[in-house]
Amino acid sequence: MTMKASSRQVNGVTVVDMMGRITLGEGSVVLRDTIRDLLGRGEKKILLNLGNVTYIDSSGIGELVSAFTSVRNQGGELKLLNLTKKVHDLLQITKLYTVFDIRDDETAAVGAFK
Amino acid sequence: MTKRVSYTLASTLESVNRAESIAAETAARAGFNEDEQSNIAMAVREATVNAVLHGNAYDPDKKVFVVYENTSDALVITITDQGKGLDAVNLPDPLAPENLMKGSGRGIFLIRAFMDEVKFRNTQPGTEITLIKHLGRNAANEEELQ
Repeated sequence: MTMKASSRQVNGVTVVDMMGRITLGEGSVVLRDTIRDLLGRGEKKILLNLGNVTYIDSSGIGELVSAFTSVRNQGGELKLLNLTKKVHDLLQITKLYTVFDIRDDETAAVGAFK
Repeated sequence: MTKRVSYTLASTLESVNRAESIAAETAARAGFNEDEQSNIAMAVREATVNAVLHGNAYDPDKKVFVVYENTSDALVITITDQGKGLDAVNLPDPLAPENLMKGSGRGIFLIRAFMDEVKFRNTQPGTEITLIKHLGRNAANEEELQ
């Protein structure tokens, strides 16, 4: 399955619903382009909904880290929503689970942005 | 009885997906559970990415050789590239604070996390990585450098 990303606005936060695989190649590029476009439009409160992301490889993990850093460097915030067990486990193994602000309730996640 | 299947693949991302799919199917046939199948497939994906991207650098004249071997108690997968070689001993630790926020460098770490044994061999030119997963055993993460 290819990666798809669509965004919507919820109380000043851009929620990006991602679907598919974030892997080397198309998936990572879609994520990178999406974050770049949002930052270009000045949308710096970003909630990545990964509930329909079935798979992430090391390249995808790296892309998530790069997205987090890019948003933070522009004075914004990036949070993750609805991790699958597989993605959750990968972030734990790579010690990134505590780096990201990870949420499982969209309303609460949106409310947590400053 | 040992079953052995080998593939010669082009240095492309399509090859990475193919090697990964074959790994998942082979692991399923060998009797690994769903989590183990997924982990084996991911380890093979990461190793093949290294071969295509870092080893052969997408060079159309260079190939990636993948061998899947089912023994009575393990799945052994060997991936060989024709690149400039890999210094597996001096790889940075992706969990070190100075590396944690880097955008790359986690592939071999994940391979080691998901397989029972990981061996590297310099084939001059090129690198051969052997991934071993034993049936009915949790990952012990052994490693042997040759």
